[in-house]
Amino acid sequence: MFAQGPQATPSIWAPASTPAHEIYGLSLFVFLITGAIFAVVGGLLAFVIIKFHARESDAGHEPAQIYGSVQVELAWTVIPVLIVVVLFLTTARIIFAIQDAPEPKSALDVIVVGHQFWWEFRYPKLGIVTANELHVPVSTSSNPDPTYLKLLSADVDHSFWVPQLGGKTDLIPNHPNQMWIDPQATGLYLGQCAQFCGMEHAKMLIRVYVDTPRQFDVWAKNQQRPGTQDASVAAGRHIFETEACMSCHTIAGTVAKGTFGPDLTHLMSRATIAAGAAANTPQNLRAWIQDPNVIKPGALMPAMQLSDRQIDEVVAYLSSLH
Amino acid sequence: MADQAFPIPGSLDATPSHGAALLEWLHSWVVTVDHKKLGILYIVYALFFLLVGGAEALAIRIQLVIPNNHFVSPELYNELFTMHGTTMVFLVGMPILFGFANYLVPLMIGARDMAFPRLNAFGFWMTAFGGLFLYFSFIGGFGLYGMGSAPDVGWFAYVPLTAQAFSPGHNTDYWALALIVSGFGTLGTAINIVATIISMRCRGMTLLRMPLFAWLMLVVSGLTLITITPLTAAQIMLLIDRYLGGHFFDTQAGGSAVVWIHFFWIFGHPEVYVLVLPAFAIANEIIPTFSRKAIFGYPAMVAASVGIAFVSVSVWAHHMFTVGMTSVSNAFFVLSTMMVGIPTGIKIFNWIATMWGGKIRFATPMLFCTAFVFQFLIAGLTGIMLSVAPLDWQLHNSYFVIAHFHYVLVGAIVFCIFAAIYYWYPKATGRVLSEKLGKWHFWLFFIGFHLTFDTMHFVGSLGMPRSIYTYEADRGWSVLNFWISMGGLIQAIAVLSFTWNLIDSYLHGKEAGNDPWDAWTLEWSTPSPPPAYNFAEDPVVRSRRPLWDLKHPQDPDWKYER
Repeated sequence: MFAQGPQATPSIWAPASTPAHEIYGLSLFVFLITGAIFAVVGGLLAFVIIKFHARESDAGHEPAQIYGSVQVELAWTVIPVLIVVVLFLTTARIIFAIQDAPEPKSALDVIVVGHQFWWEFRYPKLGIVTANELHVPVSTSSNPDPTYLKLLSADVDHSFWVPQLGGKTDLIPNHPNQMWIDPQATGLYLGQCAQFCGMEHAKMLIRVYVDTPRQFDVWAKNQQRPGTQDASVAAGRHIFETEACMSCHTIAGTVAKGTFGPDLTHLMSRATIAAGAAANTPQNLRAWIQDPNVIKPGALMPAMQLSDRQIDEVVAYLSSLH
Repeated sequence: MADQAFPIPGSLDATPSHGAALLEWLHSWVVTVDHKKLGILYIVYALFFLLVGGAEALAIRIQLVIPNNHFVSPELYNELFTMHGTTMVFLVGMPILFGFANYLVPLMIGARDMAFPRLNAFGFWMTAFGGLFLYFSFIGGFGLYGMGSAPDVGWFAYVPLTAQAFSPGHNTDYWALALIVSGFGTLGTAINIVATIISMRCRGMTLLRMPLFAWLMLVVSGLTLITITPLTAAQIMLLIDRYLGGHFFDTQAGGSAVVWIHFFWIFGHPEVYVLVLPAFAIANEIIPTFSRKAIFGYPAMVAASVGIAFVSVSVWAHHMFTVGMTSVSNAFFVLSTMMVGIPTGIKIFNWIATMWGGKIRFATPMLFCTAFVFQFLIAGLTGIMLSVAPLDWQLHNSYFVIAHFHYVLVGAIVFCIFAAIYYWYPKATGRVLSEKLGKWHFWLFFIGFHLTFDTMHFVGSLGMPRSIYTYEADRGWSVLNFWISMGGLIQAIAVLSFTWNLIDSYLHGKEAGNDPWDAWTLEWSTPSPPPAYNFAEDPVVRSRRPLWDLKHPQDPDWKYER
């Protein structure tokens, strides 16, 4: 149905999900009307500028004074009223179609929690908790599989915006919101926080992976497992569990049960760290643990004050969390 | 002023020294209650902050010229865009509109001063103190690290980002207190303008013979009284939350973040009209003068202005389509917002009809006003796009919105402010601004404006959100941002040429005479600059264009006006 899949530029002109596509169609209609108004009124203005600018020959004579005309005023009041009626009815139809679409039983539920400055994704029916990279199944016309996002905030206002998948909806503390997407082509869709939320608002990026049903099942199965317990990285795990790391991070199956920072149980299944601010490589992990401010000044994780050896061991431990 | 011919009795030296004369001159500006001097003070104050806010915008554009730039830190960037927005709305837009109203309304309605001259001075000094207080935060407000820090929460200052927990230190307090203080000044001046227009008109000037400028200022002042009040209330509630343990907006204790958003935009949207109606007021005077025709459809223009003011107080939640209102509320605010387009359209049509059949002289004021009509048309049409709630779900908080409201604030308001300065500068100083520099100023600013703000529409629709201190290199936004910044640079050069024109023409400009533009309203009947108390005798008028009647005694307006 939609030829274009995911793009590097998160454009509203390349919709890949029903809400985005409905908005795209509506926008074409609105551009047509506003474009026509622009052509007529702009044309009149251009005509007036060219036709009626003062010439040398008519110096000293004032033009005929015309004070107004009730008929003309009526005409340019009634025509805009009609345009407004048409635009309003078209708009209202799309508002209700998107906002009040009933949630099908088969829909995937995800709870999105906005934090300064990262995203928490919880799948209550599947028992999965992850961060910053949202995985959802593709939805096709033969096998519709929409995802309903419940939007919450742990601190300040945020806004979830992945332009190719739909409009944005705010995450506001004490004010749960909802939106839905049904991406129709697999791949990686990009977006970011769209409500100013503090120092690192610019680096609160969103990555949405749209998987085939098979890929999604494999991913979900892996996420449901507890964290790996590799004996070769026990030293790193010991540091993680005895230093402050565990106060903020969870690694399922261990004593680390903090909830202030992202869940790290399957950190290695993610392509980026720090809400998309850096690629998930051992070098970047190392730099991040040493001092998060180097990558993301203003991030709420403190510099951990570990020795080089301790950092190496922690990075080795984190690198085992597939 | 010391009169040299009559030395003060008992004084040994009646001629003040050079330094004393300067001091006396400065003193006369500080203690003045003259509406013209206060008007000039407002305008000079606003122009100063226009340069400051412009410099902040330029720093923002340097930071964004390439992706992942390190020109400023994230912290400073957030301060810059917060201060840029706050400055341009509260320290430039409002004061300059009150400056023009102060200077021109009494002259136009044939009054000798404002109704309450002392309240007038009070209003200005409160506003001035508010601005200085806000900027003192750069050196005085100790922020997170014990050093000076300006507010960094956005000019909309959404809670709970402004709560103590997320905004420690005093920068948010500076923001709230500065706006409360200048808000009181604003309220005083608004009351003063209403009182002046209602009660001080000269003989013969019925409400329907008032220049449209005065009409618009009456509407704006009334609207100001409605808009500033909820903002002041919300800021006091915020301070109660921050310091007295209130829970209005404390979401942890069951408060509501959404209530702040409502309060802010119940202020914020009518505020847009408070700023743009004076631009209309200016265009309503300049377009007829340079088209050599009476304004087309005067009663319709008055009705449209009052209509805009009424509708504008019912549209605020179109800033909140993404906040999660019900579909019915969303639909309501779509309709109310689209309805603003009807009276606004009437105005654009009337301006074009005024030019139709005229003999248009494109002097600098008219160039700026013509560009204003063109840009305001586009701003209105992008406004219609944004009023379409589903499209707003995409475009809200993107650079498309930034482009839209800068089309209003710069493309309409700043263009009209420039037009007004070129038009009335001769009246206030007795000298005409240089037309040559004026043309340079216009064309550079016009090109720079379109390069910057046309391009912003595109980058916004490609997914770039506002308020971000940097962006990713692979998003396809880099080239567009480069050109946006270049446009900013061109606008800065244009403003420099304008500033030079203001100074140079003051010293060496051509003598203006009473009426350099061959215009028709009462201020042009006075000498330039007008003397204290304006009119030696109270004028008497019989039509909307008293000077037209004088210049064309065999064909006066009052024979035809309805």
